[in-house]
Amino acid sequence: MSFAFYLIAALTLAGGLAAVLLKNTVHCALALTVAFAGQALLFLDLDAQFAGFAQILVYIGAVAILVVFAILLTKGSETPKGGVYSKHWLAGLVIAAAVFSMLGWAVIWSVHAVPRGPVGTPAVTVLDIGNALMSRYVLPLEIVALLLTAAMIGAVIIAMHEKERAK
Amino acid sequence: MLGEGILKGLAETARNFALSFVSKERLTTVQYPEQRIAPIEATRDFPFLVYDGDDWQAGMRCVACQICEKECPPKCIYIAKSTDKKPDYVGKQQFYPARFDIDISVCMSCQICVEVCPFEAIKMDTEFELSTTDRFGGLLFDREQLAKSNEYYHRIHPTEATAVDAVLAEGKAKAEVKTITAAIASAVKGAEIPAKPAGDGA
Amino acid sequence: MTERLDLIFVLIQQWLVGFLPGAWRPAAGVVLSVVAIVCLFPALFALTTVFERKGLARIQNRIGPNRVGPLGILQPIADGIKSLTKEDIVPLSADAVVHFLAPVLLVVAVFMGFAVLPMGRNMALVDMDAGLLFFFAIGASTELSVFMAGWSSRNKYSLLGAMRAVAQMISYEVPLLLSSVAVVMITGSLSLTKIVAAQNQYTWGLPHWYIFTPWGLAGFLMYAIAATAETNRSPFDLPEGESELVAGYHTEYSGFKFALFFLGEYLAMFSISGLGTTLFLGGWSAPLQILGWVPSWIWFFSKLMLSIFVFIWLRGTLPRLRQDQLMNFAWKFVLPLTLLNLMVAAAWRFLGDGWERWVICSAVVVIAYTGMAWAGMRHGHFGPRSYRYAE
Repeated sequence: MSFAFYLIAALTLAGGLAAVLLKNTVHCALALTVAFAGQALLFLDLDAQFAGFAQILVYIGAVAILVVFAILLTKGSETPKGGVYSKHWLAGLVIAAAVFSMLGWAVIWSVHAVPRGPVGTPAVTVLDIGNALMSRYVLPLEIVALLLTAAMIGAVIIAMHEKERAK
Repeated sequence: MLGEGILKGLAETARNFALSFVSKERLTTVQYPEQRIAPIEATRDFPFLVYDGDDWQAGMRCVACQICEKECPPKCIYIAKSTDKKPDYVGKQQFYPARFDIDISVCMSCQICVEVCPFEAIKMDTEFELSTTDRFGGLLFDREQLAKSNEYYHRIHPTEATAVDAVLAEGKAKAEVKTITAAIASAVKGAEIPAKPAGDGA
Repeated sequence: MTERLDLIFVLIQQWLVGFLPGAWRPAAGVVLSVVAIVCLFPALFALTTVFERKGLARIQNRIGPNRVGPLGILQPIADGIKSLTKEDIVPLSADAVVHFLAPVLLVVAVFMGFAVLPMGRNMALVDMDAGLLFFFAIGASTELSVFMAGWSSRNKYSLLGAMRAVAQMISYEVPLLLSSVAVVMITGSLSLTKIVAAQNQYTWGLPHWYIFTPWGLAGFLMYAIAATAETNRSPFDLPEGESELVAGYHTEYSGFKFALFFLGEYLAMFSISGLGTTLFLGGWSAPLQILGWVPSWIWFFSKLMLSIFVFIWLRGTLPRLRQDQLMNFAWKFVLPLTLLNLMVAAAWRFLGDGWERWVICSAVVVIAYTGMAWAGMRHGHFGPRSYRYAE
């Protein structure tokens, strides 16, 4: 656990906390972007180049913009009148703790299960990822592609119907 | 073919680019203030007062009739009439302006003052490089700044000046004829009256 | 001797770093390279502003700025002083923090993109395995800064301009990436230094640049179109054209922040041209094998400046595209052609060396282009304009 890790972890946590504690929704979205960037830096710290850059490209370049547009096009950009803290915070806390413990247990168990390899050069290069996607994981890749296509077609159909109704 | 128009456009602009270095009639930029285009004769900017001869006070044509002050749409002329009189170009005793101010920050160069002046005293100047650092006083022209000679008027508007000179000369000639006939008439009248009793005696 | 000239910047860096103790050397080397980039590209930006104004002027049959310095070369200094001394106006209801961070984020993201460009032999700042992916990831962050600028100004016209700009940038991101993926497919690596090395070979004295292949030419043209749209350059400059929406998302910026936006836009133009040079025009390799004695960085920067001149030329020639026209163009024309280009590149790879692959690939590209052009212009919306009046 190097100094860089603590710094990046602090950044990610700060971003995540700001994303739920800030009042202005667009500020929350931008803080979430900082959390995404922190996550990407964590990947890069672990020498997972492809994962880190894909995280930046997809999350910051697309998902963050989607979130921000969604906030803009709905009324979310105005500060809510009833305050930002929900009444059901206890239930939320319990569920968040449950999810966190499950994820933490899975991570720790996997770290103990896999033997420590030699550190140094990254074990997985982009070439390896490409080969694996095309040979071993081609079925999940195609299913995800199908899902994305279905989502896009659905979005186009919804937009088209709205246009026709507007006419 | 798609894209043909873009390529033709690119060729045209490339031609423009290349030829602008060699061809004089393409690059029509006048590098002001080192080069200036000569203004045409009918250029007008702000009014000035014409004076004949060398002395701007004695030769000023303006007789302070205040018609231009009344007709000016934005009311930028201020005239104060004098208390004494001086002879004008015909020789008649006329008033003259003790103060004649034009505020050129207000003046809109409409030329109405020139059109209504019966004495050909106020004409349009072509001077436009009048920028000054004084926003108010520097743009208020008084009598001395406005007075410019008839030779200057000939230089800037030659055709107009010659026409004005002809009109004034005609006026002067008519006035002279009038004075001569009046003098002859009065001389004849003076000579006739003593002649009458002589006729009675004869 | 020519090798020393080629490696002169590397040698200077090693000499300067040699003054420091051993442990500090790698970090100092990186810092020196970063300082060099941070000094060089803004200087190039200053020069480009003069070239742009004078180039556009000559295209329009007039002289550009010629008062400051001989032939107006020192005009950027006057512009810099002007933008530094102007009052920095932040609207009262604007979101001050986000308003301040938007140009900062833009400039930081754009500068980071220069880290992976190989500007000469052994002259890439960081030789990353996934260099191309890094570049596109950083480029995607610039869209966020555009949105931040538009939203924080609390001005509905800025917001509209920002949303248009972001929509445009996102739409053209896809053809940009897909046309580069064809290059990656043929090279087999995402590393930019390997891509240039793959193009640095010569057959009969002519180079193996990807632009000289059918799929490479098509890819380069589509990359150029997408790059023009990504950097909001004419003819795709609706979000920031002077006669549209005042100045789009940077309406409410004045003084140095506006200068930062300007700098960010031009630097984005440089880095995307640099990437296009690396991917399609062979990066730092010479056009003919006999010209290999000229230093590699001279070739890279000449190709970069050539791309910039083409950008300026396009700006002076073409009228602006309307928002819906440019979105249609992206999704209905450029994107299908890039997808087809991928398949053509794959066919190129698997048809093996020989003249057949040239004929087949060129034929497919030409037929696809003319087919799509004919399909797009068939409906002929070019009749007399019809008007609809309010009842």
